Amino acid sequence: MAQLAGDLSLAEDCAQEACAAAVKQWPRDGLPANPGGWVVGVARRRALDHLRRESTRAGKEREAVRGWAAAEPDGSAAAGDDQLALLFACCHPALDPASRVTLTLRMVCGLPTASIARLLLLPEPTVAQRIVRAKRKIRDAGIRLRVPDPPERPARLTPVLRAIYLTFTEGHSPHGTAAVVRDDLCDEALRLAMRLHRLLPDEAEVTGLLALILLTSARSAARADQDGALVLLTDQDRSRWDRGRLDEGRSLVETALAQHRPGPYQLQAAIAACHADAATAADTDWRQIAALYSELLRFDPSPVIEANRAIAVAYAEGPMAGLAILDTLAASSRLARWPQLHIARGALLAQCGRHEDAVAAYRGALALEPADAVRRHITGQIAALGAAQAPTEET
Amino acid sequence: MKYLALLYGEPDAGPALGTPEFMQMLGEFESATAAMADAGILVDSSPLQPPQTATTVRVRDGEMQLSDGPFAEIKEQLGGYYILDCEDLDTALRYAAMIPSARYGSVEVRPLMVMGPH
Repeated sequence: MAQLAGDLSLAEDCAQEACAAAVKQWPRDGLPANPGGWVVGVARRRALDHLRRESTRAGKEREAVRGWAAAEPDGSAAAGDDQLALLFACCHPALDPASRVTLTLRMVCGLPTASIARLLLLPEPTVAQRIVRAKRKIRDAGIRLRVPDPPERPARLTPVLRAIYLTFTEGHSPHGTAAVVRDDLCDEALRLAMRLHRLLPDEAEVTGLLALILLTSARSAARADQDGALVLLTDQDRSRWDRGRLDEGRSLVETALAQHRPGPYQLQAAIAACHADAATAADTDWRQIAALYSELLRFDPSPVIEANRAIAVAYAEGPMAGLAILDTLAASSRLARWPQLHIARGALLAQCGRHEDAVAAYRGALALEPADAVRRHITGQIAALGAAQAPTEET
Repeated sequence: MKYLALLYGEPDAGPALGTPEFMQMLGEFESATAAMADAGILVDSSPLQPPQTATTVRVRDGEMQLSDGPFAEIKEQLGGYYILDCEDLDTALRYAAMIPSARYGSVEVRPLMVMGPH
């Protein structure tokens, strides 16, 4: 739709009108043979009507529109490529980097503005404004919705990969919902990654990202208990892991690493593969995982990765070694508002036998209003520590 | 779509006048311009005389005020332009990258606004 209109806002409006028409007509006339094609067909006719009315359009553009309208009468063909073209347009280097991810999450993955704001830790009006500006630039600067030619692709890939990764992250650890995993978002990210991998099978980082998504989402079913509370990786029932996805992910990460062009997604996938290889939590090769995190820090020197390395070090060398890294990190103001840091400190303090300090760390995490499932996990840990004054539920 | 490519650079950026490197740069300008013409997208192009030759016009309260040159504090100077008529931004950017100014300074690519009838 957007390809036809060259204007994302117009495309959205027409698609909405078509859906409204479907809601009215289908109950009356019955479901059409190809519901998706029906909606696209109606939306296309609306867009055409609109463009015909718009006298400012250059004749050349109108010709292109007529060509599009004549092709693909049922609108179903090449839908995957269309989505990929939209993805590359949303991640065009002529857009400012912050807007690329925002626009992709909105236009390609269909996330509402509020979810994007939570995901990117930004105020909602900022996100809304970015989307409006980016859409306007695509339209006014003449950014065409197309898959870039091979020589252009590598440079265009980084923001595309990041947008898919962030979509997956939001699905795997959702905000503002009671769910531990949002399968719809994870599946959306997986579909995008698979399509991108099919298009660019020799790009090691594309393969790495697909492997990472497969290996991580394979554990989704085991991440929540019957009550919907988060279950940590080490406590998960590994028989509930999706073996098919683990095998596929493992083989992809091996293929990618064999190309000797390492990158952050391949390294994260390699870490996920280490977990997949361990029959029990005790069998995990934590030394290897700590080494992979060190390598990952070279690509992305972020405190979140340093915190993950600390946990691996704690398992490999004992809780004191991990705690030393976490305490250094906790002193930096940037991570102080990240609940996971306090949860990790709580766990390591408990292992060192410092129960009171552990409870204080867990309470620090609760004060940062984590997601529901994480919150239930924390209160469970506090209860297990037998704290005399377990915190009352905040109202 | 029509695009205006504005060529910016600091006065002493790029090879000095009279050097073989300067002649080579001129040749690169010529081949970039020829490539645009061959592709049928070149509408117009020209280098500009230096900013010292410029005169700025303002009309305030109905009165014309003239002053010498543009603002002196601007480091990057406008040195020339191309007008291209091509399919999309990517095409315009690809040709803009062939202009030597992209290496010595910068090339700003802007779509011309299409004015509809009122």
